[in-house]
Amino acid sequence: MANKISDETIEYVGILAKLELSDTEKEDAKADMEKMLDYIDTLNELDTSGIEPMSHVFPVNNVFREDVVTNGDGREETLANAPQRKEDTFEVPRTIG
Amino acid sequence: MAKQYETVIGLEVHIELATKTKIFCGCSTEFGSAPNTHTCPVCTGMPGSLPVLNKQVVEYAMALGLAANCKITQVCKFDRKNYFYPDNPQNYQISQLYLPIARDGYVEIDTQTGKKKVRIHEMHMEEDAGKLVHDEWDDTSLVDYNRSGVPLVEIVSEPDMRSADEVIAYLEKLRMIAQYLGVSDCKLQEGSMRADVNLSVREAGSETFGTRTEMKNLNSFKAIAHAIEGERQRQIELLEEGKEVIQETRRWDDNKEHSYAMRSKEDAQDYRYFPEPDLVPIVISDEWIEEVKAQQPELRPEKLERYKKEFDIPEYDAELITESKKVADLFEATVELCGKPKKAANWIMGDMFRLMKEKGMEPEDLKFSPEHLAKLIDMTDAGTISAAVARKVFEQIFNDDVDPEKYVEENGLKTVNDEGAIKEAVEKVLADNPQAVADYKGGKQKAFGALMGQSMRALKGKADPAAVTKMIKEMLEQ
Amino acid sequence: MEILELTALELGKKIKAGEITVKGAVQAAIDRAKEAEPVINSYVTLDEAGAFAQAEEVQKKIDAGELTGPLAGVPVAIKDNMCIKGQLTTCSSKILSNFKPTYTAEAVENLKKAGAVIIGKTNMDEFAMGSTTETSYYGPTRNPHNTAHVPGGSSGGSCAAVAAGECFGALGSDTGGSIRQPSSFCGVVGLKPTYGTVSRYGLIAYGSSLDQIGPVAKDVSDCAAFLEAVASHDPKDSTSIDRDDYDFTSALENNAKGLKIGIPKDYMGDGLDPEVRQAVLRAAKVLEENGAVVETFDLGLVKYAIPAYYTIASAEASSNLERFDGVKYGYRTEEYEGLHNMYKKTRSEGFGPEVKRRIMLGSFVLSSGYYDAYYLKALRTKALIKKEFDKAFEYYDIILGPAAPTTAPELGKSLSDPLKMYLGDIYTISVNLAGLPGMTVPVGKDKNGLPIGMQLIGNAFEEKTLIRAAYTYECATGKQYETMADIIKAADGGTKDTGMDAADTAAEKEVPGHGKTV
Repeated sequence: MANKISDETIEYVGILAKLELSDTEKEDAKADMEKMLDYIDTLNELDTSGIEPMSHVFPVNNVFREDVVTNGDGREETLANAPQRKEDTFEVPRTIG
Repeated sequence: MAKQYETVIGLEVHIELATKTKIFCGCSTEFGSAPNTHTCPVCTGMPGSLPVLNKQVVEYAMALGLAANCKITQVCKFDRKNYFYPDNPQNYQISQLYLPIARDGYVEIDTQTGKKKVRIHEMHMEEDAGKLVHDEWDDTSLVDYNRSGVPLVEIVSEPDMRSADEVIAYLEKLRMIAQYLGVSDCKLQEGSMRADVNLSVREAGSETFGTRTEMKNLNSFKAIAHAIEGERQRQIELLEEGKEVIQETRRWDDNKEHSYAMRSKEDAQDYRYFPEPDLVPIVISDEWIEEVKAQQPELRPEKLERYKKEFDIPEYDAELITESKKVADLFEATVELCGKPKKAANWIMGDMFRLMKEKGMEPEDLKFSPEHLAKLIDMTDAGTISAAVARKVFEQIFNDDVDPEKYVEENGLKTVNDEGAIKEAVEKVLADNPQAVADYKGGKQKAFGALMGQSMRALKGKADPAAVTKMIKEMLEQ
Repeated sequence: MEILELTALELGKKIKAGEITVKGAVQAAIDRAKEAEPVINSYVTLDEAGAFAQAEEVQKKIDAGELTGPLAGVPVAIKDNMCIKGQLTTCSSKILSNFKPTYTAEAVENLKKAGAVIIGKTNMDEFAMGSTTETSYYGPTRNPHNTAHVPGGSSGGSCAAVAAGECFGALGSDTGGSIRQPSSFCGVVGLKPTYGTVSRYGLIAYGSSLDQIGPVAKDVSDCAAFLEAVASHDPKDSTSIDRDDYDFTSALENNAKGLKIGIPKDYMGDGLDPEVRQAVLRAAKVLEENGAVVETFDLGLVKYAIPAYYTIASAEASSNLERFDGVKYGYRTEEYEGLHNMYKKTRSEGFGPEVKRRIMLGSFVLSSGYYDAYYLKALRTKALIKKEFDKAFEYYDIILGPAAPTTAPELGKSLSDPLKMYLGDIYTISVNLAGLPGMTVPVGKDKNGLPIGMQLIGNAFEEKTLIRAAYTYECATGKQYETMADIIKAADGGTKDTGMDAADTAAEKEVPGHGKTV
């Protein structure tokens, strides 16, 4: 089964991924993705019915921390790499509201 | 005849948990600190940082689930919810979709037509986002990550509510439960309790649901009630005009009393949830559930019973006092100090509730200490101040948490026990009111009240009424 | 160049004995790096001043008897996807071209505690996405054995730096073979530990459920010593596993008796370069001669590992890389109109083509309507692959095979066909899906003088079994690690010009926009 990726899909995935692709990049992305999906489709040869999806490979559970404050004023370090800082905040283009 | 419509409402309520630290890092959750002071690599999404779950969050969430009659999901997991927004430092929120901590519960609310169950679909744990402040001058937004990573429980109800009153009753019930459990202070104005309203309308009698909208940005009960009424009207108007309701998220503007769609091409609501690989599953044993149950503080029904028995106060009083954990705690602490439950209840039921109503305050806004109320009760009982003065002093305690002893001292409000002073005042009143004196002597008992009132006024309310009565009688009989 | 010929442990011993100073060791490594870098380009950042400052401190502690470990004073390099406080950490990407972390990765902390001196951050495929180290924003790294060829990837910088003597050991990270394959291409020893053995705290994530940090070293003993230094249970990493067997050097035993080794038929079949096959089988024979039982067997589902891996890794990467948005750190585009335009331009300018390709694929497979068909299907396949390994390890102690189907390809030949490049990961990828330890040991060279590696795969938590087998092989055959002098000698006698002694090749070296800080 050959996958066909439409312009709309590439546009949509670009919105999800916050990537702006040029026209040639879009064409490349379509071709790449179609090829990869065709390849990924080979997994359909496998019967996986009744198999639990495995997200964690080892059965490690219940890793917790206690509710104790361990961090002090992290302001300067947090803001140290800010591309645009205003006083003690990160400045970004205006959001709604 | 015009069509009758029924409003169908479901709620997504976010409750901020009262943990000391954030859900995935050791930063403080303290409210109101300077921007970005309570931050670290984890809650600001620094590359390479990893989350570690705060155990208290799980226990609080379990307690809430159990109190709302939910089934606890004994193997539960976190998922990532992906969306870009500057208050969301990783651009994904760690939440729960596939295996939320609690499911299938209900709470009971009181409605005009009696008790009603509102079913709870599920409750899940997640992290809060940071705060955005808009800079009007530069037309930018400023991000503060102090709130980023504060633990939340989101409680998703079934669409079981039919009016704003039911919604408010449901929210009050959730708030009461959370406060009683001590898992949240549920302050709407500080955002520690927030609600999104899913609303649709349908013709009365219809079995199928209409298309619903989701309304956000509701931060008071008043705003919620307004938003429900506004959205109900908007949807009915659309239907009456033969138009369709569009399934969308709308933002309520309480100043303009109007909601508007939050749609944008860039906000494709496709969250691409998948299991959070950085956190391991939570396995909750029966024993753990029992432990959480055992640690559960006294909830309202038990408290109500105990008050009636232990303190011998009327059922009505006990009900009103226990309606809020904060008020109940205040009551108990006061009783503990002064040992006079009836008097404490009277203050709370009377002057305190009156003042709260006058000022539009919620129990969470109360800030006076039980020590001061207890002292006031003791002072009144000892006759140090009169009842009239006590009410004035209470108002000061209520407003500014003053120490009644100091306040009475500084303002010279102590009861006048000086017989000379009383005598002087009464003599003057009797002299100024010969008609009343004559009336009384002529057998008109009513005239006594007028003389009493004037004498007390002359003494600025500071005298012991019994002493004044005695003095008037003595002098009239002379 | 005497110092450079030492292994890390030999150097450590001489430092301890006072025969070599830490400063002297650092000087040797830095001098070597300065000489090699114009051609090899192993480093994104060579931190000369910082290295000497550390050397002084470490020397004091050694002299005071506070640092007594076998790696005290040894100059090492760190892959540039591990955070070091205050030090440029780029993931070889433009988007992090100015990023200085405010904290240090746990694995690096551990290495520092052992007294190692960090002399620089090594080049890699951008965000560890690639198999050649050609997707770096800071120009490709070249294979020291033949500079017309790639070093492999994504930890190509770490492996090339060790191979070229620019450090005495390095940390790499391995998500689908990123330590084992370049180790094989560069003729060094590399080990990817069992998932959860080395803390991921401070490792800039690519595929979180697959990523593991591991050592790259000159020989098996060094490799075991480095692993022993960096492995730890870290409460800051929820997936970190608390083990009680971190004494990996105790497995340096010249004895393969009784080891049951299985060679999967599918690892030796079509697509495998005959020279590689021969060298790997010869190595297996050596182990057999030393007491191991070697058999071939059918390991199922080999061909399904790659599609499952690229689905899972891309999905996780698409989410992990969302944080690079121009808001909190790193690159932000110069001109933009509004928030979403800022996001899009920042990310489109900041990420290279391979990273964008995987982000697009990952976003797609997670998107509404495709999650079940792609992502969950891949996770189910992963469960089946794990089962296949479980079955194999019921019988075998070690699975043996090549680390890659070929030796290192020529520069510029791989990126044009991504799918073909992905297929090169066939022998390494399933190990990450199953969370297992895997190790590469050099077992010879092809006719072009390019190294060949053998891969040993163990059951979960069985690093020691791998180390024992690798050590036995090494004892039987002599160390395979060649010093730079040997590499040049071999090249002179051979047919290919390594370029190492030709200063003019330096001029051809690609110099990227944001050049490196040397």
